[in-house]
Parts: sequence; C-alpha cells; structure tokens
Amino acid sequence: MRHDHLITSKQLSRADIETVLDRAAEIADDPAAAADRHTNALLGLLFFEPSTRTKMSFETAMKRLGGNVVDMGSVESSSVKKGETLADTVRVIEGYADALVLRHPKQGAAAMASEFVDVPLLNAGDGAGHHPTQTMLDLYTIRENAGLDDLTIGIMGDLKYGRTVHSLAYALTNFDTRQHFISPESLQLPREVVYDLHQQDDTQIREHEALESVLSSLDVLYVTRIQRERFPDENEYQKVAGEYQIDLETLEEASDDLTIMHPLPRVDEIAPEIDETEHAAYFEQAHNGVPVRMALLDLLLSGGEADE
Amino acid sequence: MSDDHDHHDGNADHELRVSKIQDGTVIDHVRGGQALNVLAILGIDGGEGEEVSVGMNVPSDRLARKDIVKVEDRELSQDEVDVLSLIAPDASINIVRDYDVVEKHRVERPDVVEGVLSCPNADCITTDGEPVTSRFEVLQDGVRCSYCGTIVRAGIAELIDTN
Repeated sequence: MRHDHLITSKQLSRADIETVLDRAAEIADDPAAAADRHTNALLGLLFFEPSTRTKMSFETAMKRLGGNVVDMGSVESSSVKKGETLADTVRVIEGYADALVLRHPKQGAAAMASEFVDVPLLNAGDGAGHHPTQTMLDLYTIRENAGLDDLTIGIMGDLKYGRTVHSLAYALTNFDTRQHFISPESLQLPREVVYDLHQQDDTQIREHEALESVLSSLDVLYVTRIQRERFPDENEYQKVAGEYQIDLETLEEASDDLTIMHPLPRVDEIAPEIDETEHAAYFEQAHNGVPVRMALLDLLLSGGEADE
Repeated sequence: MSDDHDHHDGNADHELRVSKIQDGTVIDHVRGGQALNVLAILGIDGGEGEEVSVGMNVPSDRLARKDIVKVEDRELSQDEVDVLSLIAPDASINIVRDYDVVEKHRVERPDVVEGVLSCPNADCITTDGEPVTSRFEVLQDGVRCSYCGTIVRAGIAELIDTN
C-alpha cells in the first residue's frame, strides 16, 4: 500500500486491499510479534462525533502496536467549541502525534483535513460519506468466511445514509462479486453511488425491495440498521423496518453456509436467536477491527510499506 | 448596454460586434441568458472600472438566441475560458488587439474547476467556513464535488460562487 492517508475505499486497488488484509491476518495469527512495532508512536484521536467501538478499537490497535494515543476529547470541551476550523485543529494536533484518526459530521472532512497535514490521516467516518477502516474489517471478515472472489453478497437496510455500505460497495468492485442491494425504495443507494459503481468494469449490481427474491443465492448477507429518524412518523418506520428484520424463520430459505454480518450496533434487525448459529459473524467482525486497524496503522506509520 | 443598432442577422453584424473593441476579449455564442453568469465566473463585476459590454438574447445563426460579452483591455487565458464550458459550451473566444481578432478559439471542458462553484450539499465540509477552495471534477454530463462526491447535473449556473 503506497498511500499517505486513508480517506475513502475508492482510492484502494485490489493489491492495496490485499496488502492490508494479509498484514492483518499475520497480526491476528501472531499478535505478540507486532507488540513493539511502533513503540513510542502516538496516534491523535479527533472524534467530532460520538463513537464507542471505532474509537476504542483504534486505541486498542495503537496500544497493541506498542504506541499510545492522545485524545482531543469531546467537541464540547475543545477549542472547536470556540469556533476553530477543522483545518486549524488538525494542523495543531499534527504537531503532537505521528498519525491522526478523524471522525467528523461533514462529508469530505477527512479529504480536506488531509490536505493540511503531513502525518498519515485515517478517515474514521465523514458524515454520510465514507468509513474505509470499517470497510477493511468488513472485507477481512468476508474473506475469512466466504472468500472475496466468486462472491454473491446481499447488502440490506439503510443503503441511502449508511456510509459503511457505500465504502464496502466500492471496495467490492475490485473483486469478482455480485452485489444485491435490498432496501425500501426510500432508502435506496444514492444515485452518486450507483453511478460510481457502474463506472467500474464488470460490476454486477442489482437493487431489490424484498430479501426473499435473492436470499437463497447469497454467500453473505450484510445487514444494516434502519434508523427511526429517517422516517416522518413512527407508523411508517415500524411498517418498513419490520420488513427488513431477520430471524430463524427468514433463514429457512438461506444457504447453510450463509454468513451474516452487521457493522453494529444492532437494534432489532437481527433476532438474538441467530447469534448462536453458524451464520452469525457480526461479533467476530467487530473483533476483527483490532488486527485490521493495527495493519493499517502499521502500514501507514511505516511509510506505506510493510517490512518484509 | 446592448448595441441596439446592430441586431440584424448575418456575418457583417458579427464582424461589426467583434470589431467594436480595440483590445480585449469577445466571448461570443454564449447560451441566451447566461451572460451575467459568464461575468460572474470570470469574476468581472465592473468594480475595477473595466469596460464591459453585454448583449443578451440577440439573434444568432448558430444558436437561436445568444449572449455576447466583450471585455476591454483584458485577454482571457485558456484556463479562464475553459471554465465557461460548464454554462456556455458553445462559446467562442476572440482575442482582439487593435481592432483585429488575433486569436479565436472554442472553450474546452476542463477536468477540474477550482474556486468557481460552491457545493450545494449543506453537509459538505467546503460549505462549513473552512479555508478550502471548492473543487469539482467535470463529468460528461455534470460536475462532482471532489470533497463530498455530490454530483450536480442541472442548474450548475446557480452554484457559481459570486463572493
């Protein structure tokens, strides 16, 4: 991987992705070997929006590489509250840290911020835009469970606002995949995303309103949460959300090998009874965040190249 | 502002229009009604004392109705005029010196336009008071914000940043 920053999964080639996933697999196999890779290195955490798991997994990843973190803390307690621009904030924090992780409510925030800093910057979510480190752990989980080539994946739920979905869909175009997008009409993929996907060679994408039409063909079903606030009223939400929840009965039509993923947190879109089945991969997926983020930090902090 | 006495058809009329300025640039064959947007893109508002003539919705052979913009004492560069392709794709540019057209060229679609348009996405970082210049990639049929990815196909002229 030869990049200074990680802003969007669109910037990544198949070779880039495989470099990261291979490194993550090495680290997962032998975490102790990575324990002193970046002793004394500091990672700056700039979370302008609340986050639990992304932030904690970055913190864990950095510490497991032998480094440490410095945290801007919440927006309320920072100088942002005083009206400082993001461009100024990152230029200041870059002086304290060897790499930065940024989550920000505005789309394009990470792309802009990266133009103001020389240290590696990792996008941990920019509004409805991109979330490429989530994508990398999703790809890692898919590869471990179903393989990334000759893959049929269904991506279901809120496809309009779900940034994890957009990033994942872009990244999957690097592989031999058939992508089915399942959502209510009002939460379909943004046309911008469809446009981009169609720009890729050999991309096979289909949009559906009902899971039943494709469920039996799927190797992976990636479920996302449909949020209440996307709907004008409670009734409408209940009606729509109910159609995109899965339980054991739903899965009667599914392949025995179906892998079910979810970026978490879930509310009720996956029934707890599925947790104990072989299908469930969402907790494993969340745990994969650590080795994958370790791999990304290792590669970026090493100047883009793994030590061979 | 419009020259009332030369609104008849034909090449003679065209020659007449072009030959009217001594030195500067004539932007001809602008889509009818877009002349003020052309000036906005070029950052010309008359405030610097430039001598500017604008003809709007005059009859044209190539376009049913066209606008024409003449700017005295300023020769526009190719980069400057290429931005005009977004709103005036048929425009022709005449560089005039001592009443003669010394260069004539068409606008070409640039790959990127910077600092000209503002992103219509209220959630885009470029609309949030940051010290960043807007940047749009030019697509076949529209433009796309380099930061948030928003694609605009219709109404590009409304995005012209007049600040």
